[in-house]
Amino acid sequence: MPAHTTHILAEPGKQEIVITREFDAPRDLVFKAITDPELLPQWWGPRYLSTEVDKMDVRPGGQWRFINRDAEGNAYSFHGVYHEVLAPERIIDTFEFEGLPETGHVTLETMKLEALPGGRTGLIVQSVFQSVADRDGMLQSGMEEGVNDTYNRLAELLKKM
Amino acid sequence: MDMFVALADPTRRNILELLATSGELSATAIYEHFPVSPQAVSQHLKVLREAHLVEMEKRAQKHVYRLNPQTLSQFEAWVQQMKQRSEERFAALDTVLEREKKKKGE
Repeated sequence: MPAHTTHILAEPGKQEIVITREFDAPRDLVFKAITDPELLPQWWGPRYLSTEVDKMDVRPGGQWRFINRDAEGNAYSFHGVYHEVLAPERIIDTFEFEGLPETGHVTLETMKLEALPGGRTGLIVQSVFQSVADRDGMLQSGMEEGVNDTYNRLAELLKKM
Repeated sequence: MDMFVALADPTRRNILELLATSGELSATAIYEHFPVSPQAVSQHLKVLREAHLVEMEKRAQKHVYRLNPQTLSQFEAWVQQMKQRSEERFAALDTVLEREKKKKGE
């Protein structure tokens, strides 16, 4: 099974992130893996956390709530509402992390599934945040890692922008 | 000034690229690279300074600019972290899909 590349588009100063990835499975199956409460916990969270589905009512207006837990019992919960569920090609939902100091920082998430030749599927996930600060704040934690000051890497980075 | 807002402007990104290839440059040398007025470039430099993307040092009569690699590597780290998180998740989804495909095949 070849490993596919995950592409991330996060332009500086914008409020969105777009993630794209290919899968070696037909679109119906990818759609199922995203919308089936039995299958979703098997991939949704980070590897070191378990995912529990508290609510998952996959239909327009239906609520979802997932809980990630670590080995120490810490819980991180996320919830939202499905706005549109168009099998097998599109899901639009809202997304909010419950662990923020204040509520109301909601992201609009659009998942598009494209049927590709050879029974493959392209997944495009667009997340639109309420502000640039919201987008960039999402991953601010854990960013304080070692500093590398090589100008070469910097030049590469700038090319990508 | 937020780093990401500072990076949103194309002229400011050009200034950073210029500094990335040149190492350090005086303000005057930077002005020469742009068709806009020195005042406009000076404003961009101010924004970059406030976002800690560049450092400025006064040498005799000159203002010498260089990149602040610490801040830029933060952006790189942020994108990398985002990518890593997604890759982990999608690798797990690959496994789920393979298993489902086999089930269907049986």
